[in-house]
Amino acid sequence: MPTPRTLYDKIWDDHVVRTDEHGTSLLYVDRQLVHEVTSPQAFEGLRLAGRKPRRPEANLAVPDHNVPTTDRHLGIVDPISRIQVEQLTANCREFGIRLFDMADKRQGIVHVIGPEEGFTLPGITMVCGDSHTSTHGAFGALAFGVGTSEVEHVLATQCLLQKKSKSMLVSVDGQLGRGVTAKDIVLAVIGEIGTAGGTGHVVEYGGDAIYALSMEGRMTVCNMSIEAGARAGLIGIDETTIDYVRGRPMAPQGELFEQAAEYWRSLNSDPGAEYDRVVHIDAASIRPQVTWGTSPEMVLPVDGSVPNPVEIADPVKSGSYRHALAYMGLEPGTPLAEIPLDKVFIGSCTNGRIEDLRAAADVARGHKVADTIKLAMVVPGSGLVKAQAEAEGLDKIFTEAGFEWREPGCSMCLAMNADRLEPGERCASTSNRNFEGRQGQGGRTHLVSPAMAAAAAIHGRFVDVREV
Amino acid sequence: MPMQPFENFRGTVVPLDRANVDTDAIIPKQFLKSIARTGFGPNLFDEWRYLDQGEPGQDCANRPLNPDFVLNDPKYADATILLTRHNFGCGSSREHAPWALADYGFKVLIAPSFADIFHQNAIKNGLLPIVLDEAIVDRLFELATDSDEPLTIDVDLHNLKLDADGHGTIEIDIDPFHHHCLIHGLDDIGLTLTHGDEIAAYEDRRRAEAPWLFG
Repeated sequence: MPTPRTLYDKIWDDHVVRTDEHGTSLLYVDRQLVHEVTSPQAFEGLRLAGRKPRRPEANLAVPDHNVPTTDRHLGIVDPISRIQVEQLTANCREFGIRLFDMADKRQGIVHVIGPEEGFTLPGITMVCGDSHTSTHGAFGALAFGVGTSEVEHVLATQCLLQKKSKSMLVSVDGQLGRGVTAKDIVLAVIGEIGTAGGTGHVVEYGGDAIYALSMEGRMTVCNMSIEAGARAGLIGIDETTIDYVRGRPMAPQGELFEQAAEYWRSLNSDPGAEYDRVVHIDAASIRPQVTWGTSPEMVLPVDGSVPNPVEIADPVKSGSYRHALAYMGLEPGTPLAEIPLDKVFIGSCTNGRIEDLRAAADVARGHKVADTIKLAMVVPGSGLVKAQAEAEGLDKIFTEAGFEWREPGCSMCLAMNADRLEPGERCASTSNRNFEGRQGQGGRTHLVSPAMAAAAAIHGRFVDVREV
Repeated sequence: MPMQPFENFRGTVVPLDRANVDTDAIIPKQFLKSIARTGFGPNLFDEWRYLDQGEPGQDCANRPLNPDFVLNDPKYADATILLTRHNFGCGSSREHAPWALADYGFKVLIAPSFADIFHQNAIKNGLLPIVLDEAIVDRLFELATDSDEPLTIDVDLHNLKLDADGHGTIEIDIDPFHHHCLIHGLDDIGLTLTHGDEIAAYEDRRRAEAPWLFG
C-alpha cells in the first residue's frame, strides 16, 4: 500500500521540477498575483538583466495598497503613491501582464480578486509579493507570500527554489457557538500556538468546524496563518470549494471543469497521513476574540481583562507585554469591554468579503454609530463585493447607521493611502495585524471579527456580540 | 539580481532586546512607496529611532532622535551585527526590510529564530541571519551590554564560526544551499534558468495532466 500523504505532500509532489543534492527543490508556480508595492523592483530586475516573463498569462496584477477609498475620479493625490500605481500599469503593459486598473469594476485587494475571478484554483501553487497570500490555501492550493527577489524569480522562470516545510494539522473539532466566526477561530488558534507557532510549517486546518465554514470563512482562517508564523495554510477540497469555483470567469469551464474537479477531489489528505505536529481546538470553547496588544497572539475572549506583565514568568515575554501595554495605553486588569474606541475599520483581505459585510450589516441594521466614534468605515474588498453589497442594500444599512461606505482597497489595514489612525487613536479593526504603527504612527489597533467591529461601533466600546 | 559574495569580516554588535520585531517596525509602510531598492537605511526602525513622524523624502539628518533607542546610542554607532530576540522579521513579505537593514550597514543578524519569509529575503540580499540557541543569545546580550566598549565578533562564514572577542568560538549552522549562494554571491535566477529544459519538460507533462492550468 502506498504511504498515506497529506494534501501538502500531494501538491508538493505534483509541482517539483527537480531536487538538488542539498534537498532544495525547484517548485513550479502555477499562478502569481502582482500588486504595485512589491513588484516595481522585480520588473526593474528583469529589465536590467534583459529577461522576459516566462508565462505572462500566469500572472494577474491589480493596484490595491495605495489606492484611495474616496473620490476615485480625482485620481491619487499623493504623488509618490501615484507614481507607484502608474509604474505598475507601465510594467504590465511592457511585459504583457493582465491588469485590473483602478477604474476597472473588478479592481480590489489581490487576495479578494484572485478567488473571485477563478484565477485561484484548487491544487495549484500560487505566490504573491504579499504575506497574506496564505488566504488562497482555503481552496486547497499551496499559496504563500514571497519577497520581491522571488517575484522576479517567478516572473523569469515560473519556479521557486524551496525546501519542503514541516506539516502541522490544526483540527477545530465540534461546532462553533452562535455569534462566533472564522475570525474568532483563527485568533484563538494564534492565541494558542503563538505568533511563531507555525514557523517552518505549512498548516492544514481540519475538523468539523472548519468544513462547516463557507469559502469566505475559510479564506479568513487561511489568511491569518502567517500571523501564526506559517507561510501557508491549507484546507481540504470539498463540494463547498468546487461549487465556489464553478462558473468563475478564469476557472475552467464545461467538461474541462469536471476533469479538473475529479483531480481536485483526489488531493485531500489520506486517512492515516502523518503530520509533524497536531493541535486540537474545541470549537465550542471559542468565544468572540479581541486583541489587546501589539502582536496577534496577544488576544483574549471579549469577557477577558488586560493581563498583568508582572504575572508572566518568562522575562522576554513579560518585557513584550510591558512594551505592548505602554504602546496601547492600557492598564493591567482593565476589562476589554471597558476600553473606549475612536474609530472602526471593517474591510481588508481578512474580512472584506460579502459574507463579512453581511455579518456586520446584520449587527448595524437599525442602530446608530455611537457619538464618541470619530469614524466608522466599511471598505469592500473589491469592486464586485461592493456591487453585490449594494445590490443587497447593505450600503444603505451602513450609511443610515452612520458608517462611511468606501471604494475597495487595502485601506486602513496598513494605511498606505490616506486612511489612517492619528497618534493615540484606538481602533476596532477587522484586519490582520495589530503591530505598532500599522494603521498609522502611534495608532492602537484591536483585531476583531466584522460582527464584533460593528457592535463596537454602535456601543463605542467592545461588547460581546452574542449579547446584542 | 546577482549579489556580492559574503566576505568574512570583524564587526561590532548592537543589542536590540525585543522579541517579535515585525517588518512594520523595521521599515514602516510609508517608505514602501519607493520604486527603488536602495535608500531605505535612514528610515530603518523609523518609529523607534526618531521622535517625529517620518515621511518619504525627508532629510533624516535633521530629525530629532529618540535617545532611548539602542541604535542611537553612540556606543553602537558603527555596529554591523544586529543581535535580537526570537521571531525577528515577522509580519509582511516586504523585502524593503532586509534592504533597509543592509542599507543601514548591517551584514549579520543574530537571533534565536527568524520569521520564514524574512529569513529568505535576507539571504537573497546577502544579509546573513544566524540562528543560535536562546542561552547563547542571552550570553551575547550580556557581553554586548556589560562593558563600555561594544562587543566585537569575527564572522567566518566560510568555516561556519563566530569568535566573540576572546569569549570563545561559536559554531554556526546554515542551510548548505544558502551557504553556497552567500559565499559565491550567486544570481539564483541565472542558476534556475540553466534548468530551462527540465522546466519545459515539466510543463509539457503537466499540460497533459492538468490542461486547465494552461488555458
